[in-house]
Amino acid sequence: MSHLLQLITPALPEVFMAVAAMVLLLVGVFREKESTTLLTWLALAAMVVAGGLVIRSAPVTAFNGLFVVNGFTSYAKILMLVGAGLTSLLINSWAQREKTARNELPVLVMFATIGMMMMISANDLISLYVGLELQSLSLYVLAAYDRDNQRATEAGVKYFVLGALASGLLLYGSSLVYGFGGTTTFDGLATAVKAGPASLGLMIGVVFVIAGLAFKVSAVPFHMWTPDVYEGAPTPITAFFSVAPKIAGLCLFLRVLVGPFGNMIEQWQQVIIFISILSMGWGAVAALAQKNIKRLMAYSSIGHVGYALIGLVVGNEEGARGLLVYLLIYLFMNVGTFAVIMSMRVKGKNVEDISDLSGMAKNHPVMAAVLAALMFSMAGIPPLAGFLGKFYIFVAAVNAGFVWLAVVGLLASVISAVYYIRLIKIMYFDEPGTAFDAPDKLAGTLMVGCGVLMLVIFVLPSSLVDSAQAAARALFLG
Amino acid sequence: MNALPTEGAFAIGLSHFLTVGAILFTIGIFGIFLNRKNLIIIMMSIELMLLAVNVNLVAFSSYLNDLVGQVFTMLVLTVAAAEAAIGLAIVVVFYRNRRSIEVEDINQLKG
Repeated sequence: MSHLLQLITPALPEVFMAVAAMVLLLVGVFREKESTTLLTWLALAAMVVAGGLVIRSAPVTAFNGLFVVNGFTSYAKILMLVGAGLTSLLINSWAQREKTARNELPVLVMFATIGMMMMISANDLISLYVGLELQSLSLYVLAAYDRDNQRATEAGVKYFVLGALASGLLLYGSSLVYGFGGTTTFDGLATAVKAGPASLGLMIGVVFVIAGLAFKVSAVPFHMWTPDVYEGAPTPITAFFSVAPKIAGLCLFLRVLVGPFGNMIEQWQQVIIFISILSMGWGAVAALAQKNIKRLMAYSSIGHVGYALIGLVVGNEEGARGLLVYLLIYLFMNVGTFAVIMSMRVKGKNVEDISDLSGMAKNHPVMAAVLAALMFSMAGIPPLAGFLGKFYIFVAAVNAGFVWLAVVGLLASVISAVYYIRLIKIMYFDEPGTAFDAPDKLAGTLMVGCGVLMLVIFVLPSSLVDSAQAAARALFLG
Repeated sequence: MNALPTEGAFAIGLSHFLTVGAILFTIGIFGIFLNRKNLIIIMMSIELMLLAVNVNLVAFSSYLNDLVGQVFTMLVLTVAAAEAAIGLAIVVVFYRNRRSIEVEDINQLKG
C-alpha cells in the first residue's frame, strides 16, 4: 500500500481530483434533488486541495517518463485551477438563475480541469494526447450544455467537428514524430533531435503537432471555431473556455516546443512567428466589425494568444517568463470582463450587443468603471496590468533580436485599442439605453476584484514576476 | 506481416503503409470540408482520420520493432470510441432542436 502511494505521489493532485470528481458524481446521484450549488462548492474545495497538493509537490519525472512535475508545471496548474475555480462559481450562479442547473455541470468542469492538469504535466506524446482529449471531450459537452438552446447546441456541433479535426492533425503529427524520431517520450525525442539534423518526416510531424495545438489555443489560421463557439455557448461557460484551456494549451505548447524540439528552434520558429503575427493582426482587425460582445471577446482572445506566442517565438527563459506573466494577467482580465458580460441583463433576459452598453456609466457607474479599467488593461494602456503583460513579452522579443516582431505587436495593439476604447465611448458618451438589472453579488464581487487587481498588479508586480521567472527557469532546467 | 512479400518488385515496405495512411487521412480531411450533406458523414470522416493515424502507428511500430506504437494505437481506438459517443450525443441534441442534421442547417451563428 505504501509502495503504491509512493508510486502515485507525483500525480497526487490529478489522482485526487479524479477521485473527487467521481465521488461528486455519486453524491449527485444519491441526493435525490438537484444540488448543483453544493456540488460546485465541493468541486471548488477539491480544486483548492488539489492546488495545495500542487504547491507541495516536488520536482520529479514519474511513470517511466510519462509524467513530469517541476516548477513550471506547478505554476501553470495553479493558474489554470484559479481560472477554473472562479469560472465554475460563475457557471453555477448562471445555471441557478436560468434554471438549467444539473448535477453533472460542476463534474464536467472538474473532468476538463483534470485533462488540463494532465496536459500541462505530459512528458510523452501519449499522455499529451490522452490529457488533451479528456479536456476536449468535456469541453464539447460543456459547449452544448444548454441543450434546449439552438445556438448552444450549434456551438457544440461546431466545436466538436473542428476540435476533432484538430485532434486528428495532432495525432497524425504525433505518429510521424514517433516514426521518424523513434520514440514518443519527450526526453527521448530531445536526444534524437540533438543527435543530428532533423529528417523531413520529423519536421512534417512537428508542423502537424503545431497545427493541432494552434487549433486548441485558437491561433489564426486555426481560429474559425472560436467566434461561433464563444457566441453560442452560455456566457460563463465561454468565460471558462477563454481562460483555463487557453492557459493549459499555451503552457503545453511551450513545453512541447522548447522541450523535445528545442534543438529544432530554427525550423519551428518561422511557423510560430507566422501564426503569432496573423493572430495579432486578425484578432485586432476582425474585432472592429463585431456587434456581439462575446464575438468581440473571441477576437480579443485570438489577439491575446498572438501576443503570448511572441514569448514562445523567443524560445528562451525571458520569453517563457513573459508568456507566464501574460497568462496570469489575461486570466484576471477575462474573468472580470465575463463577469460584466454575465451581468448584462435586461428584465431577466441576457443581452449581448455592444450597443446595449450605451449609457452604462449613468445607470451603473461602478460596473462601467470596472469594465473601462478592464478594457484599458486589455488594450495595454498603463497604469493597468495589461500593459505589464505586453511589456515583458515585447522586452523579451527585443532582447532576443526580434525588434520588428515587437513593432508588429505594438501596431496590432494600437489597432485593437480602437475597439476596446470604442466600448468605453459607448458606455460613457452614448445616450443611455435601458438600465441593466442589478448584478448579482458574486459577479459584482468578481468584477470589482479583478478590476482592482489590475491596478494592484501594476503597482506591485515584483512577486508575480519573480514566481514566473522561477517557473520559466524550471522549464529550461528540464 | 509475414504473409506479405518482403522481396522483389512487389515487396510492401514502410513507405506503402505510410502512403495508404496519408491517402486515408487526406480523404478524411476532404470529407470534412467538402461534404455539404450531413453531419454523420463528417463523423465518419473524423473516424477515417483517426484510423489513418492508426495505420501509420502500427506500420512504424512494426518497422521500429517497438511496441509503443501499438500501445498508442490501442489508446487512440479507445479515445475514438469515446469521441464518437460524445459526437453522436451532440448531434442528437442538435437534431432535437433543429429537426435536421444537414450541414447547411448549421447556420444560426454566422462565421
